[in-house]
Amino acid sequence: MISPINALLFIILAPFIGGLVAGMDRKVTARMQGRIGPPLLQPFYDVGKLFQKEQILVTPSQNFYILSYLVFIVASGALFFAGGDLLLVIFAFTLAHIFLVLGAYASYSPYSFIGAERELIQIIAYEPMIILSAVGMHMVTRSFFVSDIMAADLPLIFYLPGVFLGFLMVLTIKLRKSPFDLSTSHHAHQEIVKGVTTEFSGPMLGRVEIAHWYENVFLLGFIYLFFAWNPLVAAIALVIVYLLEIVVDNTFSRVTWQMTLKSSWIIAGMLGLVNLGILYYLSAVVPK
Amino acid sequence: MTYLSRSPWILHYDASSCNGCDIEVLACLSPLYDVERFGIINTGNPKHADVLVITGGINEQNREVVRNIYDQMPDPKVVVAVGICACTGGVFRECYNVVGGIDCVIPVDVYVPGCAARPESIIDGIVRALSVLEEKRAKGRDATATVARGGE
Repeated sequence: MISPINALLFIILAPFIGGLVAGMDRKVTARMQGRIGPPLLQPFYDVGKLFQKEQILVTPSQNFYILSYLVFIVASGALFFAGGDLLLVIFAFTLAHIFLVLGAYASYSPYSFIGAERELIQIIAYEPMIILSAVGMHMVTRSFFVSDIMAADLPLIFYLPGVFLGFLMVLTIKLRKSPFDLSTSHHAHQEIVKGVTTEFSGPMLGRVEIAHWYENVFLLGFIYLFFAWNPLVAAIALVIVYLLEIVVDNTFSRVTWQMTLKSSWIIAGMLGLVNLGILYYLSAVVPK
Repeated sequence: MTYLSRSPWILHYDASSCNGCDIEVLACLSPLYDVERFGIINTGNPKHADVLVITGGINEQNREVVRNIYDQMPDPKVVVAVGICACTGGVFRECYNVVGGIDCVIPVDVYVPGCAARPESIIDGIVRALSVLEEKRAKGRDATATVARGGE
């Protein structure tokens, strides 16, 4: 059931795909603002540079936390693509972000602290919706295993439209895009100094960046699950979803943390819960 | 060209500028000049920056601040003094509270003259700073190698 080859492919290919997606993101963003924008490979130049810089350690434990962040992001993504248990994937994914928060808390910097607190708020905001997505997939396919969900060959999007919309909402938080880029963002001067990454420099920041690439590929994989019955539709959906995220990023100003919590719990959570309620009702009424 | 000169991240600090040069620095980020074409990003964090762009001269108030920002930046790093005040103190150099140009406090690598400096000359200054950055990286690597060999 678990496919180690897929996991290995993810570990090797995901940074390249994630970096390219980030490069396209920046290019498209620049075009939307009437600029030419950086080269497509700019994210790779950035990370390459970060590894050539001096590493200023505020405290040695930072190193451990950031390495753990990277390792757990890679592990959760690898488990996902190997077809593992979705719940385990989500828990490993959450743990990874807790390590990032601990890394930010490890340095006694007020800016880093604010970033860490905001990252925690973001985790609180998106976590219920991600769990709801997994529960929704279980209600339809009767399995938490990614391999079973893939093999079910059901158009999940038609069963779970509300869950999907809710997931899109928290995806904006996860991709660190406006209006929910509270803890740190890709754009300059949008947060207090640089939020959660303030105290990471050089190679350490490079590791955070690579972890973010892995994370993005994993999230795109999660969206793929909703459309898994037809790879062509899935590919089109992925492109549309990502373009939509870029449009939202460029047209919305940042909201407060209260608004982030409310919109991801009340709106996204409601969409998800109502969707699951209807599914539950239908499964009781309609005979299999 | 290595990664370093393809991805210079800038930290902009207004020492005691009249804001004229600051507006020109920010104009470089606008769609007309679009410095992100060269991978240049304006970051607000000294720990992420490679190039320190300073406008305005040093006075008694910001002396420590400039020193502090410079010390927080990881090596290799370069400093670009933008505008005549940052280069020499400009018309303010005789003022009782003004110390002089940025080079009174920290080493400056590129001087961009002008009042206010034009965006074209600021971009030119930063591009020149990149070759200095590259030199520093090569030197830094040699120094590390020397230490590794036992400090000959």
